[in-house]
Amino acid sequence: MAEPQADDAGRYDEVLADPRYQRLVKRRGRFTWALTAVMLAAYYGYILLIAFDKAVLARPIGGGVTSIGIPVGVGIILLAIVLTGLYVRRANREYDPLVRALKEGTPE
Amino acid sequence: MSGATNWSAIGMFAIFVAFTLGITAWAARRTKTRADFYAAGGGVSGFKNGLAIAGDYMSAASFLGISSQIFGFGYDGLIYSIGFLVGWPVILFLMAERLRNLGKYTFADVASFRFAQTPVRCFAAVSTLAVVLFYLIAQMVGAGQLIQLLFGLQYLHAVVIVGVLMTLYVLFGGMIATTWVQIIKAVLLLGCATFLALAVLYQFGFSPEALFARAVEVKADIAVANGKAAAEGLKIMGPGTFLTDPVSAISLGIALMFGTAGLPHILMRFFTVPDARQARISVLWATGWIGYFYILTFIIGFGAIVLVGTNPAWVDAAGALRSGNMAAIHLAEAIGGNLFLGFVSAVAFATILAVVAGLTLSGASAVSHDLYATVVRKGQAKSREELRVSRWTVVVLAVVAIALGVAFQKVNVAFMVGLAFAIAASGNFPVLILSLFWKGCTTRGVVAGGTAGVLLAVVLTVLSKSIWVDILGHPTPIFPYIYPAIFSMPVAFLTIWIVSLLDRGPRAAVDKAGYLHQRVRSETGIGAEGASSH
Repeated sequence: MAEPQADDAGRYDEVLADPRYQRLVKRRGRFTWALTAVMLAAYYGYILLIAFDKAVLARPIGGGVTSIGIPVGVGIILLAIVLTGLYVRRANREYDPLVRALKEGTPE
Repeated sequence: MSGATNWSAIGMFAIFVAFTLGITAWAARRTKTRADFYAAGGGVSGFKNGLAIAGDYMSAASFLGISSQIFGFGYDGLIYSIGFLVGWPVILFLMAERLRNLGKYTFADVASFRFAQTPVRCFAAVSTLAVVLFYLIAQMVGAGQLIQLLFGLQYLHAVVIVGVLMTLYVLFGGMIATTWVQIIKAVLLLGCATFLALAVLYQFGFSPEALFARAVEVKADIAVANGKAAAEGLKIMGPGTFLTDPVSAISLGIALMFGTAGLPHILMRFFTVPDARQARISVLWATGWIGYFYILTFIIGFGAIVLVGTNPAWVDAAGALRSGNMAAIHLAEAIGGNLFLGFVSAVAFATILAVVAGLTLSGASAVSHDLYATVVRKGQAKSREELRVSRWTVVVLAVVAIALGVAFQKVNVAFMVGLAFAIAASGNFPVLILSLFWKGCTTRGVVAGGTAGVLLAVVLTVLSKSIWVDILGHPTPIFPYIYPAIFSMPVAFLTIWIVSLLDRGPRAAVDKAGYLHQRVRSETGIGAEGASSH
């Protein structure tokens, strides 16, 4: 069931040889690992800041009680949503047409 | 403790139950094959699946727990919420589309794609059942306590009602009913939280600063009344005391972020959409809704400090809730009176039901699809047989969940959700990532590494304070940190790597040779088109 069918295997070899597939994998790989790195850096930067220097985030903004930690925290939530949005947009516009061309096997 | 019988809450909950059972009856007529039962026939749109994922993720524990944490500790609650959210982008970038392209019904389809089926499926089924059981126990005990308090029902009755209703949903309606229950509950919960947050902000002229300032005043008054400095009040605006230990803080972060990407009932949702595009859209919606929900929870928690924390009927002299973690529920009463209290209580009950239904379905599919159909019947099982095994497993799981819910009534089970996340982060996540991205990964590697990660997560949790001291009564914990993932996840990755490198067996050659074709299918979906229809 999970083993690929014999007729699929032939198609997979064709796709592997297609330069468009190589381009897709390379481009998408670069973009997704970059986005992942941004998310990991933002989150673990935040956690490390909390672990080692809590006072920074507790400092109030201006004259009020609202601390720097609040825009930073809400900012990470928004960053997560924005990064997913960026990926979905790029994938819908750029990767999907490439995949479709590969599937249909149309010449470049 | 048991509350007075709350008829408006019971009435509204009865309406929810009647409506969802109607949906289940409708779904039952459409649930004919195993594809319908496990994956709603693969016909759920990205938007609906996004809501259902958000529903799976926004449990009553996170709604009540996080808002109460904010009520008690302020900013610290936000740190938790962020940890729960940041796993989602990572799931999207690395996993969602690949899961859809490679799998059919369970994450084990993907994890075992190019490997020997029997050992990998056995590992996946065991780790799925472990995650599901720990999560289920936490939900059942939480449900019993919550419903006892809100509805005035007895603990045992509450646990049995949850068990029976979830069985009905899953048994007859499968994934179609589970998805719809999840969507309805997500909409109700989001609506409820939006109303609460807006009502709080309205009282402060929609100025968060005014809300925070008043909350700090309330906390300062409580501090002074207890003989502490008024400056204590300002502590709620920054990271506080309960993540003082850096190792535990990072370990928790790892468990939350990568555990999300290994929860079997969440991963299963990616098989309900028709293609990779809808899988990706569903994560965008889910991330948006969950992020929005956590921002609302933050406002609700601060609103509770002001509106609940000043009412001696709900808090003691030290400012702690008499009810434990019902800050959001009290806030609902303070804002909307008894009727709104009833509504929020009914939504909380519905939330638990929906989450346990999703968990049960995932546990049942691990037994019927991974163990029975693939390991026992070597892929020769007919759809009907597989469905029968799945349905019997649902019944068994429900009985086990009710029994464990009763057995653990007096135990503090808060650590169990953390344990479920730690197992998912230390077992399922490393196995999935390396099988998807590393050519050299072999059957022996994933089985050894995944097993090592799961065992270490369990053993370290047993040796930590939450079990070794709090439950077993030993004076000091053997494992000094609260969360195991910082050790157990790297051990899993390392073990998979080393064992795969050393693996020279004939199967290892087959495993590695399968990588390139797996990669093509995972990137393009070629060969996956019909996966959901048969």
